[in-house]
Amino acid sequence: MNLAAAAPLADAAHAPHGFLSPTGVEIAFLLVGLATLGAALVTVTTRQLVHAALWLVVALGGLAVEYLLLTAEFIAWVQVLIYVGSVVVLLLFGLMLTRAPIGRSPDADSGNRWAALAVAIASAVALVWVVVDAFRTTWIDLDGPAAGSTRVTGASLFRHWVLPFEALSVLLLAALVGAIVLSRKAKADTAPGPSADLDVPGEKEGAR
Amino acid sequence: MNDALDVALRLLAVFVVFLTFPLIVGQTEHKVMAHMQGRLGPMYAGGFHGWAQLVADGVKFAQKEDVVPAGADRRVFQLAPAVALLPYLLVLLAIPIGPSEGAVGQVLDAGVFFVLAVMGVGVLGSLMAGWASANKFSLLGGLRTAAQLLAYELPMLLAAASVAMAAGTVSLPGILHAFHWWWVPWQIVGAIVFFVAGLAELQRPPFDMPVADSEIIFGAYTEYTGLRFALFLLAEYAGIVVLCGLTTVLFLGGWHGPWGADGLGWVWTLLKAAILAFLVIWLRVTYPRLREDQLQKLSWTLLVPLSLAQIALTGIVKVVIS
Repeated sequence: MNLAAAAPLADAAHAPHGFLSPTGVEIAFLLVGLATLGAALVTVTTRQLVHAALWLVVALGGLAVEYLLLTAEFIAWVQVLIYVGSVVVLLLFGLMLTRAPIGRSPDADSGNRWAALAVAIASAVALVWVVVDAFRTTWIDLDGPAAGSTRVTGASLFRHWVLPFEALSVLLLAALVGAIVLSRKAKADTAPGPSADLDVPGEKEGAR
Repeated sequence: MNDALDVALRLLAVFVVFLTFPLIVGQTEHKVMAHMQGRLGPMYAGGFHGWAQLVADGVKFAQKEDVVPAGADRRVFQLAPAVALLPYLLVLLAIPIGPSEGAVGQVLDAGVFFVLAVMGVGVLGSLMAGWASANKFSLLGGLRTAAQLLAYELPMLLAAASVAMAAGTVSLPGILHAFHWWWVPWQIVGAIVFFVAGLAELQRPPFDMPVADSEIIFGAYTEYTGLRFALFLLAEYAGIVVLCGLTTVLFLGGWHGPWGADGLGWVWTLLKAAILAFLVIWLRVTYPRLREDQLQKLSWTLLVPLSLAQIALTGIVKVVIS
């Protein structure tokens, strides 16, 4: 997911206007993109579970900086609020509740890493293709009024994209209700123990 | 050159506030707590009523050996205090204390989201500390911190969203420019929810279950000594300053007040924040610690519904008056 999200951003920076006269913002964008990509790679390759979660913070924070560089201030802070502030905290909470040894976790390796790699590369290629194809000649004017300010974002979200927005919120509501149903069912089936509590963080994380 | 100087001066001013205000709150806490408990508190350091006690404490912390436990995850352990402290420095940048351009570190378009997002990051420091210490008490403290953050982030955000709805903007100076006196009774429920949830996020008594010194020995900070421990303490008091400043700006009208427009607005901001800080100390002396289940129950069954009701009220009033 991060890998896929970071790659198109790094590509989009220099696609339209060529490399020969990059501005300071473009250079910063590219460097932050590379750092984000690196952090995302470390997240999926490190053998230490909690370190993976902390590198995820770096990757998600890097994405927020990219949004900032594109003047989308509102999106950037929401990214930090939701992903760094809540999702990663939820993740760390789940890790601490279950098993998070200091040092390597040898049993945390999965047998289908090659399949996962294939899926990741496929989705990355698809996303890069779509983004590059869609925004090939689009150029954000960074000197004018901010194109991603809260006012602009809110107006376009609630004027042009109301239907997808509402559909998404119904989807999230369904996921939330589903999570509650699942966790209550698990509690009724088995004795209330740590496993029953663990269902909730996992489901909520999916819902977000 | 002039711009660079301006930026440097602003950063310097914010940094000075960041270094002095938490110490003032800490010293006030020493003295107020002492007098509420029929003691005198620090009396010797510095001569006059022990005013230099915290300076002496700082010197003591700096002299102590910086110990990292053998089984700890060194890098995460050493990084945690910085992650806990720096967000509050960043938040201070965005809090306006007066109506003029020069009275705020940096005007942000999405100020409310910025401050809430960055304050949430600070809790990661406690989590990192709790996990990396290789100590059962620390891990318990970290777990409780995470559970508490997840419970109280939502009502805090909803209460702040209510004010943003009322003002029609998410910029902190913008909210204050739109402020009228009758907002205080209108948003009072949201204000209380915000303040209580903020106290819980700072893990101040009565919400100090994650650090509960008599049960789990200061939770995530058990293994810390010297300067790093002092940084965690500084983060707590900087958090009080930030929370009181934010509550003042969002709900109590910041610089608005008699003669507030005549250049004395900053006095009002500081006065209101100081009263709130006193309230924080008062609560610490007054109430016993909440149990973990009581803590969760308070958030999910009381604060979240209250903040939702406040949002509904804000929406109705907003539609009626527009």
